[in-house]
Parts: sequence; structure tokens; C-alpha cells
Amino acid sequence: MELLLKINGIKSGKWTGPKWLWPVILAGAVLFFAVRVATDSSGTYVQNLFSGISLGSILILVSLGLAIVYGLAGIINMAHGEFLMIGAYTTYSVQVFFTNVLHVQSSNWFFITALPVSFIVAGLAGLLLERLIIRHLYAKPLESLLATWGVSLILIQTARSLFGDLTAVKLPEMLAGGWRVNENLVLPYNRLFIIALTIVVIIALYRTLTATRLGMQIRAVTQNRSMSACLGINTKRIDAMTFFIGSGLAGLAGCAMTLIGNVVPDMGQTYIVDAFLTVVIGGVGKLLGTITAGLGIGIFSKVLEAFFEAVYGKVLILLLIMLFMQFKPRGIFPDKGRTAAD
Amino acid sequence: MQLKPAKLINILFILFFAVVLPVGNMLGLVSVNSISLWGRYFCFAIAALGIDLIWGYTGIMSMCQAFFFCLGGYCMGMHLLLKATALQQQLLPEFMTWNDITTLPWFWEPFHGFVPALVLSLLVPAAVAFVIGYFIFRSRIKGVYMAIITQALALSMYLLFLRNETNLGGTNGLTNFKTLLGFELHKPGTKLGLYLVTLAMLCVAYGCCYKIVHSKFGKVLQAIRDSEPRVGYTAYRVLHYKLAAFVVAAALGGLAGMLYVPQTGIITPGRMDVKASVEMLMWVALGGRGNLKGAVIGALLVNCVYSYCTSVFPQGWLFILGMLYILTVLYFDKGFLGLFEKIGSKIGIKTNSERYATGSK
Repeated sequence: MELLLKINGIKSGKWTGPKWLWPVILAGAVLFFAVRVATDSSGTYVQNLFSGISLGSILILVSLGLAIVYGLAGIINMAHGEFLMIGAYTTYSVQVFFTNVLHVQSSNWFFITALPVSFIVAGLAGLLLERLIIRHLYAKPLESLLATWGVSLILIQTARSLFGDLTAVKLPEMLAGGWRVNENLVLPYNRLFIIALTIVVIIALYRTLTATRLGMQIRAVTQNRSMSACLGINTKRIDAMTFFIGSGLAGLAGCAMTLIGNVVPDMGQTYIVDAFLTVVIGGVGKLLGTITAGLGIGIFSKVLEAFFEAVYGKVLILLLIMLFMQFKPRGIFPDKGRTAAD
Repeated sequence: MQLKPAKLINILFILFFAVVLPVGNMLGLVSVNSISLWGRYFCFAIAALGIDLIWGYTGIMSMCQAFFFCLGGYCMGMHLLLKATALQQQLLPEFMTWNDITTLPWFWEPFHGFVPALVLSLLVPAAVAFVIGYFIFRSRIKGVYMAIITQALALSMYLLFLRNETNLGGTNGLTNFKTLLGFELHKPGTKLGLYLVTLAMLCVAYGCCYKIVHSKFGKVLQAIRDSEPRVGYTAYRVLHYKLAAFVVAAALGGLAGMLYVPQTGIITPGRMDVKASVEMLMWVALGGRGNLKGAVIGALLVNCVYSYCTSVFPQGWLFILGMLYILTVLYFDKGFLGLFEKIGSKIGIKTNSERYATGSK
């Protein structure tokens, strides 16, 4: 809990509301779910909850990068979903390389290699985008939305002409099968892996932001750009680094997504609107907000899907979000005090 | 009498499209298809005017204009489909029979008459925009947040319209229209008539928008775009102004959709996905934001390029579109018209719109 409270703001430092509020809500939610899980004999409820958490963790992976870039520069990168696609295609390319060039039979090694490679490739693509286009648009958030949308069209079409319409990555042997809890309930390893990966990424990102020099500089620029520049921080370098990390995280998410789905040119589009909503609900540049919102949207979608059709679940979620924005227009964890001013 | 260059351009535009093209058609020089194509472009131009009003003049990026466009389109489509069904002496449109529906859903009932359908295709988008806009603007969502919320709205509505249970034709949309007010839709004469009606509506819409942006109301909208807090401090109800602009824009979108459907003969949910809305923003950005002529020119231009490119090299269209987005945003901020004005002011011509210079941020 201490950790969660700390992650709360990369921008304003600490949650300044009543300290007991969020722990109590969290504990209540955990208790509620625990009771439901304990009384659930058929396993469908746990299954829904589980797929909700795994969907949520994908959303978190996608949104984290979006959130730190948005917190830093105030722009929403519409091409963020395409970095996810780049990560997925990198994984596919690594797989092809391993089987056709290196002739490695085991499907485990390629995936282990693909994780860092997809991070770096997507990160470099993001760096390129930042250098070429976004650098000129930091003062114009709405225009950058259009420009990055154009980038996303180009990237999708490029992927389509390079790789064709449908490719799939083999599931690594070590992630095949699942954890058999009881005869009704099997938790697939690939989804468990995604959840674990998300947790690792969150911790690593948190450590980077709080315990390294780069992280400190990122937080400083997020908080007050001109003051940081006065104190000798090279803000342009920080912008570029943040973009690298943000895009790299999307690439990692793409790599993880090859475990549960096909690799298609417009795969980024499926998740991107949800990721935007996650960032909006989470609040500007808040890690904890993004995490809570991602999990919330993920679990809500899956639980609602159990009652309604998937589409109605989605519409309902949007309505809930609009309702939520009536009360908390600046996200779950808004800035307090002077930084909150426009 | 001396004509200002801007007026001259307007008159030339109307003369060309209202006289030259139809006469060319009667002489057999211009095919009915290209007439009909231009009619469709005019619909897009009307929708683009709406976007210019809400984005170019008020500074609110709404990413669901295509949704309003389709709402208008669906209203008209329902009327046309009911007429076609009555003509075939059936009770229900064909797709409903396939979905095992025995009675006409209640929301189809008002669309039997032409006038109610006409009114509803303007009212429904406006009413939806009013409700959405009220809740969005009330909670002071703006900027990027506004763009994202409207985008999510467009996406979820698109998914909703894809479903068969909504009784709006699902993925296939509404099609197989036969007549409009007794005129057969596939006849060249009807197509020419629809083209002229659309052109007239474009002129009316342009005139209305021109009046709006040059009225006091329009000035307030531009003030909101340039500095919303200051407008609030001077005791204007920012919410009301934004809401009004949003509703008018939605109604323009509905009008465009209403005119579009009889000319294409089909309306599908594909017209309202996120891509379509962003593309509409693109027309305005390319033509010139905060400039009504820019919106019209942008819509016509992009669609001409689209038709040309998809027929010549279909693979390349998305590349071109993507490059257009990037280049417009990076290099000509005020669109083509801004570019011309820059060149014009270099060689010493003062245009009308420059005098009402709309310095956007």
C-alpha cells in the first residue's frame, strides 16, 4: 500500500486527500471479490475476473507509455497503437529469423529474445517519430493529433504491404497450457505471463522514475519545463528519452499480445481508444491513475460482457466514463494546488 | 460596380457548378456519374462547414462529425427504405425479415412521411449533440480530452450500429432504395436534380455559416477559441455558446448525411467509424481552418484526390493521405487558403478573409 501511495503522482508527489480513502476502497473491492470468488463454484466468475485482469494489464502496458508522454509533453500520440503493431511484427520477425536462419527448434528462445528486441525497435521508431515530426508540434497538441494519425495510416499501410494481412506468432512451449486450479477453472499461462510482465514493467518504470537520474529529470520536466531548463536539464533530450521509453513500452505490449492473438496491421487500433480512455480517466501523467483506470476498464468490460453483449458493454463503459467525468473531470487523481491551474 | 475578388470567386464557383456542369451534362460532355460524384462532394463540404464552425472557429476538436453525418443519413435512409418496401407491397424491409422481426420497430414509424423524415434527420443529430455536448461541456472537458471522448463515442456508436439488434441493417446498412417523392433515384434527371438541390443547400449552409461567424455570436465563438477563461471572466456563458456551436455543427452534419444518402443509394456504419471523422477534420485542416471557404475547398479537393488515387493506384492512397496529414500540420498550418494568402500578401493583394484575419493559435 505504501508503494501504491507513492506511485500516485509522478507529477505532484503525494496523494493529498484523506489517506485512508483509497486503501479502504481497495480493501473493500478485494474483500468483495474474495467473497464472490469463494462462493463461486462453477468458476465462470473467476474466469471473467481473470480475463478482465489480463485485459486490464494489456491496457496498462499500452497506456503507461501514452501516459508518461502525455504527462510530459501534453500531446496524445495517435500512432501509439502502431508501435504496439511494430512490437508484434518485430516478434514475428525474430521468430522467422530464429527458425529459418538459426534453425532453432525450441520456440522458447525466440520469445525471450523478442521481448527486449521489440522494446528497442519500437522505442527507436518512436524516437524517429519524435525527432522528425512531434518535436515541431509540442506547442500544438490538437494538430499533433492529426499529424500522428497520418503517421499511423502510413505505418499500417507499410505493415500491410510488407507482411500481408495475417500472420501469427507461434506460442512458446513454456507458455502453452495453463494452471489447473480445479476442474472448472484453468488459468492459461500466456495470460498469467502477461499479468506478470505488466507487474515487472510497472515496478521497473516506477524505479526508473523515482530512483534514477533520468527519472528525476523526467519528473522535473513534467512538473515545470522552463524551470528545469533553467537548472540545466536538457529538456529536448528528456523529451526524446521519454518518447523512447513510452514507445518501447508499447512495443513490449505488442510482443506480449502475440501470445493471445494474431498479428495484423491494424491491431493497434483495437486497443488504442481504450488506452486513450485509460489515460483520460487516470489523469494527466499519473502512474497509479493509469494502473487503476486500466484495471478498472479491463475488469468492467469483461464483467459487463458476461451480462451483455460485448458491444453493449463497451457503450455502457463509455456512458459510465462520461458520468465519471462529470464528477472528476481531471481524472481519478487530479493535481491539487497551484499545479492544477490551466 | 466593382466586385471584390472574394465575391467574384463565390460567383464563379456557383456559375461553374450550377450552370456549366449541368449544361455540359445536357450536351453530353459531362457524364451523370461525375455529376452525382460532385453532388456527393458537396455533401461532404456541408459536413466540413460544420467542422469548421466547431473546430476552426470555436477551437473544439470534435471527432464524431461523421457520426452526426450518418445519423442524418440513416434518418433519410429509413424513409427511402420504407418507401421502397411499400412499393414492393411488403410490410417490412428485407433485412428485418431475415432477422425474424414481425412488426416494424417503433422508431421506424415516424419515417413513413417525407417531411417528418426531413425534419428528423436534422433534429436527431442536433438532439444527440445537445445531450452529449451538454454533459461534455458542463464538466469542462476540453482540448485533447474532448477529442478522445468524442472519438470513443464515435467508436462505440459505430460498434452499436454494426449490430443487427439495433434494427438498422447491421454491417450492410440500409440500401435498395427506389424512389424519392415519386422520382426514381436511378434516373439521370433525378440525379441532376439532387445535385442541384445539394449545391443549393451548400450555398445556403455557407451563407448561414457566414452570417454566424460574422455575427456577435461568431465573435464570441472565436474569442472562446483564443482564450476561453477570459470569455468566461467577461460574464459570457461559455457553456451555452459552445453547446450552440456544437449543435449547429451536428445539424450541418445531419443535413449533409440526409442529402448524401439518396445520391449514393447506401448508408453503412462504415461511414461513421473513427477514420471517417478524422478524415473530415483533415479536409478542414487542409483547406484552411477558421475559414469557411477553406472548409469547402478542402472537402472538395481531398475527395477529388481520393477518387483519382483510388482508381489509379489504390495501394498508395493511404500513404498519400498520411503524408497529407503530416505535411499540412507541419508546413501549412492554415491550409491551402493560408498558403495562397501568404503568397498573395507577398505580391500585394489583400483578400477579404485576410481583413477579417483569424489568427488561430
